[in-house]
Amino acid sequence: MKGTAGRLIRTFLFHGIKIVSLLLAVSIIAFVLVSASPIDPVQQYILGLGTAISPEQRAEIEAYWGVNEPPVERYLSWLSELLRGNWGESALYRRPVADIIGERFANSLALMLCAWLLSGVIGFALGCVMGVFRDRWPDSILKKLCYLLSSVPTFWLGLLFLLIFSVWLGWFPIGFSAPIGVAQGSVTLGQRLHHLALPAITLSLMSFANIALHTRQKLIDVLNSEYVLFARARGEGTWTVLRRHGLRNVLLPAVTLQFASFAELFGGSVLAENVFSYPGLGSAVAAAGLNSDVPLLLGVTLFSALFVCVGNMIANLLYGLVDPQIREVGK
Amino acid sequence: MKKLNRRTKVLLLTAVMALVLIAVYAFGLLIPEEAYASSFLQAKQPPSFAHPFGTDSLGRDLLMRTLKGLSVSMTVGLVASVISAVIAVLVGIAAATGSKYVDAFLNWLIDLVMGVPHTILVILISFAMGRGLKGLLIGIAATHWCSLARLIRGEVLQLRNQQYVAVSRRLGKSSGWILCNHLLPHLVPQFFVGLVLMFPHAILHEASVSFLGYGLPPEQPAIGIILSESMRYLSAGMWWTAVFPGLLLVAIVLLVDRLGDHLRRILDPYSAQE
Amino acid sequence: MEQKHETLLEIHDLSVSFRMYDGALEQKELQVISDLHLTVRPGEIVAVAGSSGSGKSLLASAILGILPANATVRGHLHYKGRELTKELQTQLRGSEIALVPQSVAYLDPLMKVGKQADGHKKPRPTERRRSLFRRFSLPEKTENLYPFQLSGGMARRVLVSTALITEAELVIADEPTPGMSLDQALEALQMFREMADAGKAVILITHDIDLAFEFADRVAVFYAGTTVESAPAADFRNGPDALRHPYSKALWHALPQNSFRPIEGFQPYAGDLPQGCLFAPRCRYATEECRAKIPPVREIRGGEVRCFHAT
Repeated sequence: MKGTAGRLIRTFLFHGIKIVSLLLAVSIIAFVLVSASPIDPVQQYILGLGTAISPEQRAEIEAYWGVNEPPVERYLSWLSELLRGNWGESALYRRPVADIIGERFANSLALMLCAWLLSGVIGFALGCVMGVFRDRWPDSILKKLCYLLSSVPTFWLGLLFLLIFSVWLGWFPIGFSAPIGVAQGSVTLGQRLHHLALPAITLSLMSFANIALHTRQKLIDVLNSEYVLFARARGEGTWTVLRRHGLRNVLLPAVTLQFASFAELFGGSVLAENVFSYPGLGSAVAAAGLNSDVPLLLGVTLFSALFVCVGNMIANLLYGLVDPQIREVGK
Repeated sequence: MKKLNRRTKVLLLTAVMALVLIAVYAFGLLIPEEAYASSFLQAKQPPSFAHPFGTDSLGRDLLMRTLKGLSVSMTVGLVASVISAVIAVLVGIAAATGSKYVDAFLNWLIDLVMGVPHTILVILISFAMGRGLKGLLIGIAATHWCSLARLIRGEVLQLRNQQYVAVSRRLGKSSGWILCNHLLPHLVPQFFVGLVLMFPHAILHEASVSFLGYGLPPEQPAIGIILSESMRYLSAGMWWTAVFPGLLLVAIVLLVDRLGDHLRRILDPYSAQE
Repeated sequence: MEQKHETLLEIHDLSVSFRMYDGALEQKELQVISDLHLTVRPGEIVAVAGSSGSGKSLLASAILGILPANATVRGHLHYKGRELTKELQTQLRGSEIALVPQSVAYLDPLMKVGKQADGHKKPRPTERRRSLFRRFSLPEKTENLYPFQLSGGMARRVLVSTALITEAELVIADEPTPGMSLDQALEALQMFREMADAGKAVILITHDIDLAFEFADRVAVFYAGTTVESAPAADFRNGPDALRHPYSKALWHALPQNSFRPIEGFQPYAGDLPQGCLFAPRCRYATEECRAKIPPVREIRGGEVRCFHAT
C-alpha cells in the first residue's frame, strides 16, 4: 500500500507542476492577447464610468493599468497582484473580479454539475443499450440520434427549448437563475431547480452523444473479447456478462472521459448561459469580452483553465488508481 | 434498379453530398445584397410563398439572409479548417520525428490549447484582433488542430516502427526520401479526412461565437447573428426566425459531417473490405 | 477394450460456415468445418489433433453454441442421446460441458483470478478452487492477482482449474498445455485422466501430435476442417501400418522421432476448398473419384476413416 501512496503523491506532484506550468502559460498568452487588442481598456473603463473625469483621475487610472510601463513589467506586476488575491476590478460590474467569479461560479457549477451528471448517466446507459443491441434497430436509431445531436449547436437547441417549453408551453421560466424581484435569501430550492432545468438539459444534450458513442464502442469491444466468449462458454447469460465484465471494463473509461471533458462542458455552458440569461461565469465572460472588461476576461480565462486542468488531473489520477494494470505495476 | 456495388453507392452518395454543399455555398455567395435588404412594409412576416423562411423584424427575407450567412460560415469554416489541418500535420510530424524534448514540448502545447475551453480562447483571440471576421477565423484555426495533431503523431510513430521503413533506412535512404515515399502516402488521406471532419466543428464554432456577438458586426448576415437576433423576438411569437435558419444550419453541418465520414470510409483501405 | 455403445457426444456431418462480405456487396460463405464426425464416450479422452489454423477451436465453440452471429451450423449434434439444441447448449454450458480456453486472453483483465476461477454461480466454490490451486502448486496469493500478473504456466493452470471446478461431464480443452513445464503439463493431463477414469469425457484439442498419441484413448485427425480418421491412440503408437488414412500416415512420418519427412503442399484455405476429398490435392493415392466426390465415413478395423482407398 505504501508504494501506491508514494506513487500517488508522485503523480500528484507531476500533475501539479504541469498544471502550474500550463496556468502560467495561459496567463502569459491571455495577457499578450489582451494587450494586443486595439481596444483601449482605459478608454473603455472611463467610458464605463459615464462621467467626465479630471486629468489627475485619468493619470491615476493609467497608473493602475500600468499603461506607461513596458509590457513585461506590466505582466509581472499584474501576476504578483493576482497571486496576492487581487484580481482587479471589473469595469462592467464595478466590483472585484474575485467576488464576481466566486459568486457566478457557484451558479455555473450548479448548472454544469447537473448537466455533467445527466449526460454521464444517460449517455452511459444509452451507450450500453447500443452496445448490447449492436446493429439492430435500437442501436441504429440511437446512433443516428447521437450523430444528429453532435451536429446541433448547443445554443440553437437552447433556443428551441426556450421556444417550446417556455414560450409555448409555459412550463419553464425564460431565464435567470431565480425569479426576478425575489430577494436572494428567499429563493427556494424548487425555484432554483425550476430555473436550472432547461439550461442543464440543453448543456447535457451537447455532451451526451460523445459519452454514449464512446461507451457503445467500448462495450462492443468487450463483448467481442475472448474473455466474454469464455464467460459465455461458462454459462454466463447476457446480463451476467454485462454485470460481471461489461461494467467493470466500460465504466472506468467512461468516467475518465467525463472528467476529461470539462473543457467542452465549460465552453458549452458559455452558450447555454447566454441563451437562458443564466448569471454564471459563461454569460459574464461573453459580456466581459464585448464590453472590453479586461480584468474580468482575464480572470475568467484563468479560472476556466484551472477548472479544466483539475478535471484532467482527476481523470489521470482515476485512471492510475482504478486500473490494476497501472496500479499493480507500480508496486 | 440494379444492385449497386456498396463502394459505388458510397461514392455516388458522397458526390451528391458534395454537390449539394457546393450548390448551397455558391448560391449563398451569389446572392445580391438587395435580396435581403430591409423593408419595413414586410417586417415580421411568418413564412409564406414569397418568403419561405419568413422575414425578420426589419423585413429582411430570412431565407436569403440565412443562405448568405451560411456561405460566410462555410468560408470561415473552410479556411480555418485548412489552416488548422496544416498546423496539425506540421505539429504531428514534428512531435513524432523530433527529439524527446520537442515531442514533450509539443505535447505540452497541445495540453495547453486543450486546457482552455475553446469558446473562451476564441473570445480572447477575437478580442485581441478587435473582433471582426479575422479574429474569428484565427481563433477557430488556432483551436481545432489538437486532436488531429495527436492522431498524426501516433500514425507517424507507428509507421516509423514498421518493418519496411526500417528496411529503407538500412538501405541508406534519406529521411526525406522515407518521408515522401512511406509517410506521406499514409498522411495525405489522414489530412483530408481530418480536414473534412474538422469542418463541421469549425462551422458550429463560427456560428456559436458569432451568436455570442463576436465576429461580424450585427448588421451583417451571419447565421449566429441571425439566431442571436431571433432570441429577442422569441417571446413575441416570431418562432420562424429561430427555427428555420437553425434547421438549415444543422442540415449543412450534418451533411458535411456525413461527407467526412464517407470520405474516411472511401480512403481507408481496411473498410474497403466491409 | 470395452465396447460401450452409449455415447456422451455424437457429432455427425457438422459443418460451420461464416458469412463474409467479399469486398463488394456479394456475400461469401466461408466454410471452416466440413462434414465433421466425432464420437465421444464417457470415460475416454479424445484428442482432436491437427495443424494450426485448421479450425479446431471453432469445433469447441460449435459444441458450446457460442459461435459468432454470422456463423451457420449444419449437421447433427447429440448429447447423451438428446439433440443438442440452442436451449440445451445454454443449459449445459458451464455446468455439464466445460471449456478450458487457449490463453490468458480469455480471462477478464480487470477481475482477480480467484473470483474469476470461482465463476458466476452461487454459492462460490471457493474451498474447492483453493484445493485445486494447491494441487497445481499455485501459491496462496494467486487468487488475488490479476490475469496480466500470471506467468504463462500459472495462467494455464488457472484456466484448467476453471473447468475442473465444475461438475462437468465433458471437458473441452483447447490447447491446454503449451507454456506449462513438462511436470505441470503432466499434472494437468493426469487430472484429465482421473476425470476420464471417473466416467467423464475429455476432448483434447491440440496440435501436439505426440501428446495426443500418448495421453488420449482415441485420436481424431483433423484436416482442413474435417476429421479424416479417428482411431484408437494405440494405432498411432503402432505406426503407419495400423493407420488408415494417407494423411494420418503422412503425419506419422512427419514426426521428428520417425522419418521427419514433411508432407508436400499446403492445407487448403477455407474459402477455397477442393470439390472432392479435402486431402486429394496432396494425396499420392488420389484418383479421379477422390477429386470428384467426398468419401463417406467408413468403419475399418475399429476406426472411422474418410477415404475411398483405405484398407
